[in-house]
Amino acid sequence: MAKERSIGRAIPRRDGRAKVTGQARYVDDLTMPGMLHGVTVRSTVPRGLIRGISYGDGLPWGEFTIVTAADIPGRNVVALILEDQPYLADVQVNHAEEPILLLAHHDRHLLEEARRRVHVEIEPLEPVFTIDDSLAARPVVWGPDNVFKSYLVGRGDVDAALASAAIVVEGEYETGAQEQLYIEPNGMLAVADPSAGVTVWGSMQCPYYVHKALAELFGLPVEKIRVVQMETGGGFGGKEEYPSVIAGHAALLAWKSGRPVKMIYDRAEDMAATTKRHPSRTRHRTAVAADGRLLAMDIDFVIDGGAYCTLSPVVLSRGTIHASGPYYCPNVRVRGRAVATNVPPHGAFRGFGAPQSIFALERHMDRVAAAVGLEPDEFRRRNFIRPGQVSAVGQVMRDQVDMSGILSRALELSSFQEKRRRFSDENQRAGGRRRRGIGLATFMHGAGFTGSGEDHLASIVAVEGTADGRVRVLSASTEIGQGTNTIFAQIAADALGLAVDDVDVAQPDTAVVPNSGPTVASRTCMVVGKLVENACANLRAMLESGTQLLETRAEVSEAIRSHVRQHGTLRASAQYQPPQGVRWDDEKYEGDAYGSYAWAAYVAEVTVDLTTFEVKVDDFVAVQEVGRVIHPVLATGQIEGGVAQAIGWALYEDVVWREGRMVNAQMTNYIMPTSADLPTIRVFFEEVPYAGGPGGAKGIGELPMDGPAPAIANAVGHAVGADVRRIPLTPEAVARLLEAALV
Amino acid sequence: MTAVVNGETAEIEGHPMMRLLDALRVTLHLTGTKEGCGEGECGACAVRMNGRLVNSCLVPLLQADGATITTIEGLASAGDLHRVQQAFIDYGGAQCGICTPGMILAAADLLDRHPDPSMEEIREGLAGNLCRCTGYMRIFEAVVGAVKAGRS
Amino acid sequence: MRTWLAPYQMRSAATLEEALTTLSREPGRWRPFAGGTDLMVLLEAGRLPHQHFLDIWPLRELQGITASADVVDIGALATYTDLLQDAVVAAEFPLVCDAARQTGAVAIQNRGTVGGNIANASPAADLPPALLVYDAEVELASVRGRRRIPYERFHTGYKQMELAPDELIVRVSMRRGRRSWRQTYRKVGTRRAQAISKICFAAAADVQDGVVRDVRIALGSVAPTVIRARGAEAALHGQPLADGVRRGAAAALEADVAPIDDVRSTAAYRRLVARNLLEEFLA
Repeated sequence: MAKERSIGRAIPRRDGRAKVTGQARYVDDLTMPGMLHGVTVRSTVPRGLIRGISYGDGLPWGEFTIVTAADIPGRNVVALILEDQPYLADVQVNHAEEPILLLAHHDRHLLEEARRRVHVEIEPLEPVFTIDDSLAARPVVWGPDNVFKSYLVGRGDVDAALASAAIVVEGEYETGAQEQLYIEPNGMLAVADPSAGVTVWGSMQCPYYVHKALAELFGLPVEKIRVVQMETGGGFGGKEEYPSVIAGHAALLAWKSGRPVKMIYDRAEDMAATTKRHPSRTRHRTAVAADGRLLAMDIDFVIDGGAYCTLSPVVLSRGTIHASGPYYCPNVRVRGRAVATNVPPHGAFRGFGAPQSIFALERHMDRVAAAVGLEPDEFRRRNFIRPGQVSAVGQVMRDQVDMSGILSRALELSSFQEKRRRFSDENQRAGGRRRRGIGLATFMHGAGFTGSGEDHLASIVAVEGTADGRVRVLSASTEIGQGTNTIFAQIAADALGLAVDDVDVAQPDTAVVPNSGPTVASRTCMVVGKLVENACANLRAMLESGTQLLETRAEVSEAIRSHVRQHGTLRASAQYQPPQGVRWDDEKYEGDAYGSYAWAAYVAEVTVDLTTFEVKVDDFVAVQEVGRVIHPVLATGQIEGGVAQAIGWALYEDVVWREGRMVNAQMTNYIMPTSADLPTIRVFFEEVPYAGGPGGAKGIGELPMDGPAPAIANAVGHAVGADVRRIPLTPEAVARLLEAALV
Repeated sequence: MTAVVNGETAEIEGHPMMRLLDALRVTLHLTGTKEGCGEGECGACAVRMNGRLVNSCLVPLLQADGATITTIEGLASAGDLHRVQQAFIDYGGAQCGICTPGMILAAADLLDRHPDPSMEEIREGLAGNLCRCTGYMRIFEAVVGAVKAGRS
Repeated sequence: MRTWLAPYQMRSAATLEEALTTLSREPGRWRPFAGGTDLMVLLEAGRLPHQHFLDIWPLRELQGITASADVVDIGALATYTDLLQDAVVAAEFPLVCDAARQTGAVAIQNRGTVGGNIANASPAADLPPALLVYDAEVELASVRGRRRIPYERFHTGYKQMELAPDELIVRVSMRRGRRSWRQTYRKVGTRRAQAISKICFAAAADVQDGVVRDVRIALGSVAPTVIRARGAEAALHGQPLADGVRRGAAAALEADVAPIDDVRSTAAYRRLVARNLLEEFLA
């Protein structure tokens, strides 16, 4: 292997110039001759039977292309995990904003007017909106019992341990829905006809998910479907599975009209109708010894999946496996359930179940610490899992994890202990209208698909040499801002002994790139990047076979040129192989859940204003062990951005529901933090290389979402003594908590 | 209406209440200016009009008549990037890039008004431009970097 | 949402006289359109029922801020940026500057106008509480002549104004001379910028030798219009700033406000925070 020249360096990101000059092309920047615009007519009723559709007077309906379920050539099913979600409702609607009908016209503005004048008559059925009502089957709206999926994992004898324990701490914790709020709304441009097939260009994270869904929708062989990812303005999971829906809709209009159709959601529609983070409710019962050792953890974790199954089973699985955290406990039981309600289906959002269960856990751990009279950091130290110990799902920790060391570093960088004492003193003296607090969270996040997921994906990456001595990386991993194209170029350059500028990364186009799996689950660097590294190693082996070793960039480049000249092509690939010694039992749901984990300790310092009850985060320290930092600026950017989103989730972002509809679906009323709201976010890395990742790297995209919310809740607890149990912790919620404390 | 856009005269036909944003993107094919919200909250549509930063989704075409407008496409001059653009490249100020044109216009506007801004002034100057990817940290560094580059 | 524009019309007025003539010929038909920061949002959301607009942005007579010995006159088309850049406003009317700085962010401040903000008549507007505290006066013009009314009488109910269909707001005036007063402005928004207020508090008091000689207290987002807290003011006027007086004022404030639950906040929170803000001001 050539020595590293690019990995670890902060080279300029390769799409930087296009982005700063406005030349990067997002889907709404595209036009085609004869193009129509498309919109979706949606249910305003959360559950009911469709009785009729009528079209308002005064519009030239003959000019419009109208598509209903009857026009679907293949199957009216959004192919994902189950087949319960239709592309277009035809008999029954199960959530407000459910798509019923599609319209296309060349005038984007007249189209809006037309959308307002389509009237769908719906006879209401009784809907269900809360986790409690869903679990109680009040009424049953999905399957036999409203439960999309359930898991029961654990080890030891929880009941016996709880029964015999002197100290048991119980608690219930809730998290609300969160809108991904990528600044570029969902959009697709489609051309489609029965002979040529279907091609879509758009904003997305997973071209092959869209590819599979379109093949089902149109009943076409996969070779007739082509999906191309355009520059994508943020995803965060919100463009993992949802794009299949909008792509299908645009393509159906293109199919029927015979014209290209572009469909771009307006912001209110995107917020109200597309997926959001699953709301959750977690119950903890914890037995703890007087010296602070955890004896038993009984955890009940429920997530609200909305009206259709979509990805809820996988969100549930990740949340369930992360529910007991980076701790060793001999008796653990985690019961996980995903239930149906009549709201727009919830879906992937960075963290994918783990932020929800970790919020509950880390908030609960502070309460358990208090119950045994220990400081939050000391309590955790007595319980961190160590190498060789077994996790709740039976994974032997092979990572050389040193959570105690990571925690110590975070405490030092944040002056945690000194501030903990000083703020307590200042707060006690009770003068003034500000109270300060400092709180922490310790956690881990598994990268890659859970369990046997990566085996099933069987991802492939290819790399090609070109006639002018350059290489091209071919993968389906999308650049969505996180830096995919840049780090793939770094990995490839080092693996081949080339310069970064010699490497191109192909635009993800299913006609061109192999299926390297979705851009999700913190897998792009660790799993797919490793395949890039392996494919390059295979390419190098092809170049070196029979000849002497290539030592310099010039030699490698020339070898590529001459091979292509001689043979016409040069191409190598690599397919995912499970690492040695990894075992996972799908039936019992136990074993090595993830190839590796990143480990972290986060500290939040807050001020609570007793006049307005606003919580301000004054300082934030994020320490994480990530295997290897491929690109310092990109990696830091991932942590900073994730922490910012999690601060939003903790304090500002509140989806206001009324009768199953999001009523604050405007950026003026759904509040994400501005530059004036966030603290300086201080990021620190440690590196314990993971052999399964490129250059030793682990996955980090979702990790930063897990820690901030409980750290902030714990800090507020320290500041004002409030026992925070749910987020968002809005000023109204803080006021209520303090009022309750006074009574 | 007639306006000077990025130094060139542009004639735009359209309804007087058509958004300037649409006139730029659709009529003039200057797609660098982005639509993020259509309600004046996110700043992705920010342009400079008559020397002032405005949200182009809130400006009706009629009021842009006779105006001098600069979009992201017009910020660089004679092939050289504006120092703010260069700084965004050097300091990693862009991730997904969709907020970047508006953010750069806002940063350039800030530096015109405050050549050596404090961190407080930087936060305030960019508060009308939402970024979901970065947490703003690299963007602040890029602005500070642009200030330094302007001094040398 | 985008809106189909065909039913809408907008024309421009070159002079004040032209504008007033247009407004008078068909009263109520033409609505003045200034910087568009409220109206364009409504248009794009499909919530703009009115369809005929008169662009008054070019009217020179409504621009600019001038100061005489006693009075500052703010043209109705002065933007928030204009307010922030005016030396007299910055020096003598800090609450107006606080309000302007916290309205939206730079791009909104460059286009939003004083007249537009008043005429939009939102109870959550940021500038009006500051104007109330400074006893602002509004000058209205029509073909029938000019008249002035105290700003505190301008808002008569939710989205209702003392403004005839043929009238235009041309100027807002404030008397100088409150520099020595204790003054505070606090907007509690959903975040620190680009935020609609959940509650807005502006107050100024002339306290001499520990006695409140005069006081103005105004709030936004706690009633159908921005309000002066008359009860709280009466409880303070002429009184020493003592604990009992402070408590009395806070209690009186309860009756001055009538907050509601809405998509941004709750009545209970608004009530509690209003009281806290007053206590903080009087501390």
